[in-house]
Amino acid sequence: MDYKATGLVAGIEIHQQLDTGEKLFCHCPTTLREIAEHNGEFCRYLRATVSEMGEIDRAAQEEMKHDRMFRYYTYDTTCLVENDEEPPAPVNDEALSVCLMIAKMFAMTPVPQVHTMRKLVIDGSNTSGFQRTALIAFNGALPDGGLIETICLEEEAAQRVKDEVFSLDRLGIPLVEITTSPCMHTPEDVQKMAEHIGMVLRSTGKVKRGLGTIRQDVNISIAQGARVEIKGVQELDLIAEVVRREVQRQQSLLAIRDELRKRGASAGAVAGADVTELFKETKSAVLKKAKNIHAVVLKGFAGLVGREIQPERRLGSEMSDYARKCGVGGIFHTDELPAYGVTAGEVALLRTHMHAGEQDCVILVAGANGKQASCAINQVITRAKLALSDKPVPEETRKMLESGSTAYMRPLPGAARMYPETDVLPVLIDDARWNAVVIPELLSEKAQRFAQEYGIDKNYALQLASSEKLPLFYQAVTEGIKPKLAAFSILSTSTELRREGVDMQKIPDQAYLDVWHAVDSGKAAREAIPDLFRSIAAGSTSAEVLAKLAPAVSREELENIVRNIIAERRDFIAQKGKAALGPLMGVVMAEVRGSVDGKVVSEILKKEIDAATTPK
Amino acid sequence: MTVIKLSSGYNIGVPPGSCTLTEHPVPVNNVQHEVVQNRDLPTLAIVSTGGTIASRIDYRTGSVTSQFNAGDILTAIPELAEVARYRTIPLATILSENMTPSIWQELARAVHAEIKNGAQGIIVTHGTDTMAFSAAALSFMLDTPVPVVFVGSQRSADRPSSDNAMNAVCAAAAATSELGEVVVVMHATTNDDTCSIHRGTRVRKMHSSRRDAFRSLGIAPIGEVEYPSRNVSLAKDAVRRGKRTLAIRDKLDPHCALIQFYPGMSPDLLKAYEGYHGLVIAGTGLGHTSTALIPPLKRLIQSGTLVVMTTQCMNGRVCDRVYDTGRDLLDAGVIEGGDMLPEAALVKLMWVLANEPDKTRAGAMMQEDLKGECMRRSAHGL
Repeated sequence: MDYKATGLVAGIEIHQQLDTGEKLFCHCPTTLREIAEHNGEFCRYLRATVSEMGEIDRAAQEEMKHDRMFRYYTYDTTCLVENDEEPPAPVNDEALSVCLMIAKMFAMTPVPQVHTMRKLVIDGSNTSGFQRTALIAFNGALPDGGLIETICLEEEAAQRVKDEVFSLDRLGIPLVEITTSPCMHTPEDVQKMAEHIGMVLRSTGKVKRGLGTIRQDVNISIAQGARVEIKGVQELDLIAEVVRREVQRQQSLLAIRDELRKRGASAGAVAGADVTELFKETKSAVLKKAKNIHAVVLKGFAGLVGREIQPERRLGSEMSDYARKCGVGGIFHTDELPAYGVTAGEVALLRTHMHAGEQDCVILVAGANGKQASCAINQVITRAKLALSDKPVPEETRKMLESGSTAYMRPLPGAARMYPETDVLPVLIDDARWNAVVIPELLSEKAQRFAQEYGIDKNYALQLASSEKLPLFYQAVTEGIKPKLAAFSILSTSTELRREGVDMQKIPDQAYLDVWHAVDSGKAAREAIPDLFRSIAAGSTSAEVLAKLAPAVSREELENIVRNIIAERRDFIAQKGKAALGPLMGVVMAEVRGSVDGKVVSEILKKEIDAATTPK
Repeated sequence: MTVIKLSSGYNIGVPPGSCTLTEHPVPVNNVQHEVVQNRDLPTLAIVSTGGTIASRIDYRTGSVTSQFNAGDILTAIPELAEVARYRTIPLATILSENMTPSIWQELARAVHAEIKNGAQGIIVTHGTDTMAFSAAALSFMLDTPVPVVFVGSQRSADRPSSDNAMNAVCAAAAATSELGEVVVVMHATTNDDTCSIHRGTRVRKMHSSRRDAFRSLGIAPIGEVEYPSRNVSLAKDAVRRGKRTLAIRDKLDPHCALIQFYPGMSPDLLKAYEGYHGLVIAGTGLGHTSTALIPPLKRLIQSGTLVVMTTQCMNGRVCDRVYDTGRDLLDAGVIEGGDMLPEAALVKLMWVLANEPDKTRAGAMMQEDLKGECMRRSAHGL
């Protein structure tokens, strides 16, 4: 697809957790816990509060449609600050320093004085009902003329355990939020930019690693469409796909609007109606359970509510997301009925009752009470009106689903969501502090240097540069170990063993060094390394495993061993010819128990097999 | 630094002079909220001493302002409209640490007037720091046939998680209940599910920040309100609506003090209290000071100061007959304050000295139970 022609404009927000000793506004450790370890829980309600300007933020208003009681799990590593039972501590200075370092790496301008704000979030993920955040610097440079608008220092939200239950271990971990300008125009641009920013962040050595420690939000719009913010893209590889699917969704919504207008469709002219009576005898489990069933006719919508707008998503899914804000489980629409236990007879009855024609779509919602059902029907009407409007793509915050499609979360928040955090004092960033910020070498530069200095493959070099074992690599090189050997062990061998289930954490750095020295001095063979690591991870010391190696054999001795083995297996060699090399390699290596380099064994073995198979 | 609000909503500080004011903002007209109140519901009066129920930061002044008419409150907490209809009396807008005995008196008069005027219950909004003092003061000054409910919030009203709304709703429920005394209604635990009803003379703020900071000491809470159901349950000994006849005795003698004894406390410090009419000591353990303090205490008493001993343990009863120091204190003329909380004893002393000119009789009253502040039995454990 020619994305430039679609008018695609995209920007990203990167949220990266920082690896600091303590949380951003309290002195708890930044450790993630197992849910089973929680030692207490409590419950709260949240209600939207007005901004300084006296308004209620529209995103917060949306969350308030439905009263929800949130439950929170506490740990012996959380405190009253996470419980929203104690005022916050001053901004964690370590986190601020890391944030300034990142800002300087992007050549940004720091704000003269940092003011912490409360960003209203009442979906339960923050016990206080807001996320503390502070703008630290702005105007950063990206490759290809891209621009970073701002970098903010924020507290991480609580992790949702299930439904309205949250775990407080993650709440308050410092994170930086980097917002780029809408400077990207293809799905691949977006992904590349995210990769670049991620690399810069990792160069600090002060960011958390692993799944969930970095999240990307993507802002996307196309010509005639609208800005949509997609939250929580955790896998970098999915970013381009998310962008492609959002372009598809916006284009589909535009096409549906045109079709609706051609048909003279309308929504909301006829109000919703209570149809509970019609389904008294229904076999549908959902409807049977409902106390109140409401319905509404969308004139001229038939076939379009069920039309796919991106993989696994229809216009009906969007309506369903809106209705869920009132607490209902979702909606049924006649484009998909009869199904879910609703019979053709019931559908016909419903259509007649609602005076719905062939071209019309009837939407059903099942509520726990009349208020809930009518709230949900009104949400459906609201969404249907949007589909018909001049702006059929609503400005929204959406969440990513597993495949890369997205679901509606809430309207885009406005400036009204920001309120000063009156409990935290401002922090001055003066010239002295800014000038003292030292920026580390970029991983990409480091990798280039490694490739040149140590003759390592470029990909390896980049992996090595961002590896946690980099200090070990330096140590090895200082001690005279061959860089390639160390790099190979740290990257390939470790990864293979980890996949095998070996706990590589159990191997101390010194053991790596001992093994490498043994290989370098010819005491152990390269091929023996995985075996040696396995034994060490299983609890042996490096001294023990190295002592178990067979005593080093000279080349002459080795040649004798090889000749004996070949002599014993004459028939096998006659049968297999040169292909006997592989199996015999194993036999020889077992004999010398890892004390000889496999290369030498293979060389001698090859020569002797050749000699044995060549007719004299 | 000059604070700038960016269009993103973020504030930053910049050096003054680095930006120029080009235009003054158009003053925002405060939206007046008109609400219809249900005439079938009982009438409650909300007396405000410091706006905790509905307050927010005023961006023009940078301070927290309280909005205080029934419309504002019902807009902020719509559930209140389901409980009662309200009239509002803005008495003061102060932080509760700036409360004074004379404001307690104004408060008592305002509450008295509202009850006389037909209010079926009173809600007093109050900062939490000294709420217990004020509740005790009203307990002594007023005989009330209807509930007088003190309420506040531990977490500011400008945060979505504030306890203000639930506390206010529970306070309204308590104020329309069968209760007939001065109480404090605040969160029972950290959960948003129950508020405790505490007797005004037995309640104390026991935590600097938690929602459930308020605790009844020496007795169990006299009731609770479930949330969100608003079901009120009262203990057997909670004073019931209509039991007392409306009366006010609003005189207070402010020349009283409360001091906490500590090891090594200089006897010279007592000189500062010469001329005071009353002095409450929060003594150690069973009610002790060091021996060194006894002679100056004796001089104070001889010069006419009524000295009452309480315990800084907060829980338990004073008994100055066990150890020598205690007996010496009694010999010096110190009055045992029973199991009264030091703060409640101070307020009571102010009230007693203003209403009973006879010193001996006043001393005896300090040991009598007037409004639940002195328990005859120590029935309740820690």
